[in-house]
Amino acid sequence: MRIDSNGARAVASSTVSLAQDRWRPLEVVFWFSLLGVFFVLPERLVLGSQIVYTALFALSLDLLLGYGGIVSLGHAAFFGIGAYTAGVLAVHGLSEPITGLVCAGTLAGAIGLCVSLLVVRGRDMARLMVTLAIGLVLLELANRWTDLTGGVDGLDGIKVSPLLGAFAFGLDGRTSYLYGLAILFLVFVWVRRLVSSPFGLALRGLREGEARLPAIGISVRRMQVTVFTLAAAIAGVAGGLLAQTTQFVGIDVFAFSRSAELVIMVVLGGVGRLYGALVGALVYMVAQDLLSGLNHVYWQFWVGFLLVLVVLSARGGIMGGVALLKARLQRAPT
Amino acid sequence: MLSNFLGVVFDGVAYGCLLFLISIGLSVTMGLMNFVNLAHGAFAMLGGYVCVYSMTRHGVPFLLTLPLAFIATALAGVVLERLLYRRLYASGPLDQVLFSIGLTFMAIGATTYVFGSAQQPIQLPAFLQGQVSVVGVALGVYRLLLIAVVLVIRFGLGFLFSRTRFGAQVRAAVDNRDVCAGVGVDVDRVFCLTFGLGSGLAGLGGTLGIDLLGLDPTFPLKYLVSFLLIATVGGTGTIKGPLATALLLGVFDDAGKYYVPQIGAFVIYVLALILLVVFPAGLFGRRS
Repeated sequence: MRIDSNGARAVASSTVSLAQDRWRPLEVVFWFSLLGVFFVLPERLVLGSQIVYTALFALSLDLLLGYGGIVSLGHAAFFGIGAYTAGVLAVHGLSEPITGLVCAGTLAGAIGLCVSLLVVRGRDMARLMVTLAIGLVLLELANRWTDLTGGVDGLDGIKVSPLLGAFAFGLDGRTSYLYGLAILFLVFVWVRRLVSSPFGLALRGLREGEARLPAIGISVRRMQVTVFTLAAAIAGVAGGLLAQTTQFVGIDVFAFSRSAELVIMVVLGGVGRLYGALVGALVYMVAQDLLSGLNHVYWQFWVGFLLVLVVLSARGGIMGGVALLKARLQRAPT
Repeated sequence: MLSNFLGVVFDGVAYGCLLFLISIGLSVTMGLMNFVNLAHGAFAMLGGYVCVYSMTRHGVPFLLTLPLAFIATALAGVVLERLLYRRLYASGPLDQVLFSIGLTFMAIGATTYVFGSAQQPIQLPAFLQGQVSVVGVALGVYRLLLIAVVLVIRFGLGFLFSRTRFGAQVRAAVDNRDVCAGVGVDVDRVFCLTFGLGSGLAGLGGTLGIDLLGLDPTFPLKYLVSFLLIATVGGTGTIKGPLATALLLGVFDDAGKYYVPQIGAFVIYVLALILLVVFPAGLFGRRS
């Protein structure tokens, strides 16, 4: 993940200052309230742990989309690889959760590295197609390779040993939630540091003026490969969390609709803001849970409607709206 | 053995022709407006439902539903272009992708609401069923019709694009939109008509394809990759590019399913990846 030293130095010594990476009070409140959910809503922790791994997955896409500027329609590929890695390892006896997650992230990252070499070649349309096709190839692979994946029936019989040897994963989701939250927090802190580092600044340059980066000695392709690989690895960790906390992996982890819904969450929350991904995932999952009585297809209709609306009128999503509101309030002090 | 092989190739060609018919509109809109329209399959689906609805509810004969489906989807395309699509021509690919996925989801939901989620059966007229034997190879009559229709349309489009004034305007707008507008071509109108034409052809393809591809609300997503692939690999600005890609895809997919069923859909996805990586600018693409 090291960028070439020339690039880093060129950026760091320019007059552009690094983004503020001091933690704001609101952020602290945000994370403590997530922790508080554990005590306040103990009966909803199963949903909570689903939200947590989805949020981590969304965070990885935000890194790719919002910072790397790469539109992917097949990000579920890496989520699925992570899920199957962690799941298959647990089925075959390696049940220690943290090792499983590390393996899931590593394998997803490694495959992400290979895929990224194809992805950065093309322009937007070809990129879309390559990511889409990779996701479908993996879906078909999981479908056919029944010995390993269980095929359409899904991978059953995942046994995860207690976390740190002390906390068993129960049906109440208590361990799952805290475990997921801890991983989400750690990854988030790391990503947050990353985007406010010189590398993150170079990423911002990538987003705003790709053509000019080579002039200051930064290889665009290398940056994109790095971002893609990191995003794939994080998605793999999210998938691993799914496998370990639900103790089941179905082939739908690779489904196109999962990739599409993920893009929706990130856009809904606000692209390129990190918290947007978390808030988007939270809002989407809670709304889906509240409307779970609704037929899935009609839910899809309204999601589509919302999407069209967001694109046509409300760019920036929820976090964009919040930022706008904040700016208005500051301009008109009461 | 050989006749078997020829039969598989024939079916593949028919399948490829169908894919071409549906995707050509996507290819043109992508070249013309630079618009990634993931909702293109929804127009094909609309055509299919127009056909089924008018056949089962109003007893319209099958062949008559074809122009009906074309007109209905072309109109829908023109209306949507005027109301929604045109606002996004200048947007980035992310916006276009999101917008058209949104439209696709809406189309799936609305179709399920109106027609239910079941496969729609179609009863082809008797004279289109059955097979004719040509030098020992059994050829389906319906598939022959399909290939004939696509050939007619292919040459019709070729004539339209290379010989008529409208075609010249379209080609000029693909090459350079600003200059084209500068010399007095009403580019907006060209866009709108082309979009309508592409949608109409997709609708026609969706109708002709009910028998081969099936028809249910998930249709736009099920064949999305094939359509996109033909448009991307086929390249923009030519007719032979998408046609060649569609035939290639059709034959490989069919042969794959027939000869190596255990690896199933892999064949076309792997073919897709290879084509995309080897020809990033399209099969007959002009490298810019």
